[in-house]
Amino acid sequence: MTTQADLDLATHKVVHDERVKEQKRMQRLLVRPELGSLFGAIIIFIFFAIVAPPFRTPEAMATVLYASSTIGIMACAVALLMIGGEFDLSSGVAVTTSSLAASMLAYNLHLNLWIGALLALGVSLAIGFINGYLVVKTKIPSFLITLSTFLMLTGINLAVTKLVTGQVATQSVSDMAGFDSAKKVFASSFTIGSVSIRVTVLWWLLFTVIATWVLFKTRVGNWIFAVGGNPDSARAVGVPVNKVKIGLFMTVGFGAWFVGMHLLFAFNTIQSGQGVGNEFLYIIAAVIGGCLLTGGFGTAIGAAIGAFIFGMTNQGIVYAGWNPDWFKFFLGAMLLLAVIANNAFRNYAAKR
Amino acid sequence: MTRIDEKRESAVSTTAETSIETPPSGGKTPLIELKHVGKSYGSIIALKDINLRVGAGEVTGVLGDNGAGKSTLIKIIAGLHKPTEGEMLVDGETTVFESPKESLDKGVATVYQDLAVVGLMPVWRNFFLGQELRKGPFKALDANGMRATTLNELHKMGIDLPDVDAPISSLSGGQRQCVAIARAIFFGARVLILDEPTAALGVKQSGMVLRYISAAKEQGFGVIFITHNPHHAYMVGDHFVLLNRGRQKLDCSYDDITLEELTQQMAGGDELDTLAHELGR
Repeated sequence: MTTQADLDLATHKVVHDERVKEQKRMQRLLVRPELGSLFGAIIIFIFFAIVAPPFRTPEAMATVLYASSTIGIMACAVALLMIGGEFDLSSGVAVTTSSLAASMLAYNLHLNLWIGALLALGVSLAIGFINGYLVVKTKIPSFLITLSTFLMLTGINLAVTKLVTGQVATQSVSDMAGFDSAKKVFASSFTIGSVSIRVTVLWWLLFTVIATWVLFKTRVGNWIFAVGGNPDSARAVGVPVNKVKIGLFMTVGFGAWFVGMHLLFAFNTIQSGQGVGNEFLYIIAAVIGGCLLTGGFGTAIGAAIGAFIFGMTNQGIVYAGWNPDWFKFFLGAMLLLAVIANNAFRNYAAKR
Repeated sequence: MTRIDEKRESAVSTTAETSIETPPSGGKTPLIELKHVGKSYGSIIALKDINLRVGAGEVTGVLGDNGAGKSTLIKIIAGLHKPTEGEMLVDGETTVFESPKESLDKGVATVYQDLAVVGLMPVWRNFFLGQELRKGPFKALDANGMRATTLNELHKMGIDLPDVDAPISSLSGGQRQCVAIARAIFFGARVLILDEPTAALGVKQSGMVLRYISAAKEQGFGVIFITHNPHHAYMVGDHFVLLNRGRQKLDCSYDDITLEELTQQMAGGDELDTLAHELGR
């Protein structure tokens, strides 16, 4: 029976061929999604190093890295979501929701701040879950679903804060139990030489490394690319598309929680109206880093470079002594250039 | 290495068990046989009285014009729909597929026209999508193992692909079709249902796919080749079934029919003569 012979596992042996790895390594490097943003980052770095002498100091670099990290942690999660083919416009205010939840729950229920943080984690993951669940069940574009949650969260942040505290900001939590240890984790600094670096920079790098590993070295990563690239095909070969998407929204929820905790323990008090508009910064960082708006393409490293470009521009303008009003203009111009450059790289990749 | 073997084993275990359970059948027992199968959707009769067989190492060409019932036939064999009359036999035993999964477990794999590939992903990631090989304590992807296996499986079928890291959208239509078929075979298929694999392809590309079908046949797979091109069907087919408006118009083997007759039948046969007469040409 030939058919039975073909079912024999021996004929389906996994063959290792060490030559496979060596193929076209240079070329593959050239078409990586983040390459365009890497060039951009180098050019912007050189530009500000020339026009703004204070930009060259290690202290300035530490400030740039700090600005990059608060955007970068979220950009990392948002990049994963975008590779998975979805958007989250509620991510900016979700950060504020998380810090408000931790602060007010702990303050008003007289809890240890760590318990408050844990409850806030639950809130953030729940927001992510609701976003994801609504997107996969209703099949309405995530742009619309998360635009709705964005508006709702903005309202909740203001209304609930006023209801609970009677004002638009939360009370300071700096004298509460658990503050010092939580501050160590989320908002401390350490020094290298004489330069003080914020701990969020380390978290940012760690999350980027983990996200990169997950994307390229795990089965879930393979599924993220597949659900973003072609959800119907992914479903046809047995990929749990809905679970992956909900998981990605919850990852963004986790990122929002982390950044929210940083803000709480760095500033002690939270303004309920903040965070609006940041969702675009995360998306911009991911897009500058090479993520496709249509999904299925991009890297976490690219998002990190995108966030770094954001940090350099944000601080570089200040160091150059220009009017910071120009910042948004520069950001917009860079986004435009990045999108055009990435498009050119991708076309080159498709042609080879 | 042992982990990979375990993974492979579990991936195809369902199929392997099936083949052990079934009595060793002679070459005569078809892998799949349809007897008087019919399907109606409400008051619409999509298929009626279809008889069809495919054995190991055989290609059954199913020909038909648009609306002849080819898609319905595929859906029945693939387990998406249940027939409303008649019966389907797998390895000589009456079987009703409740889901596409059951059909896959019996080793019946369907390669649809859209192929179920993700364009931007590399060939090897597409090949193993949903059935990834993993190794090590962190269950990381065994990328090199999957690359080499993809290369090897394609090579076995005579497809030489120098770079399995290229996005699958950069391959030609014929190559993509071959990758989709190779994937079905590697993951334990015994019977392949190919839904118009040459429909969107040029002459040269079609040749590649036909050669591949021929290779699959020689390796002992049963192939149900759905097409509306009698030339393609005649090149690789052992049996031919012609559908017209849900009915079976023809059921014969390669020796019983010439390409001209097949083309004539496919083009509408007697109806075409009547039409020519009517139009007065």
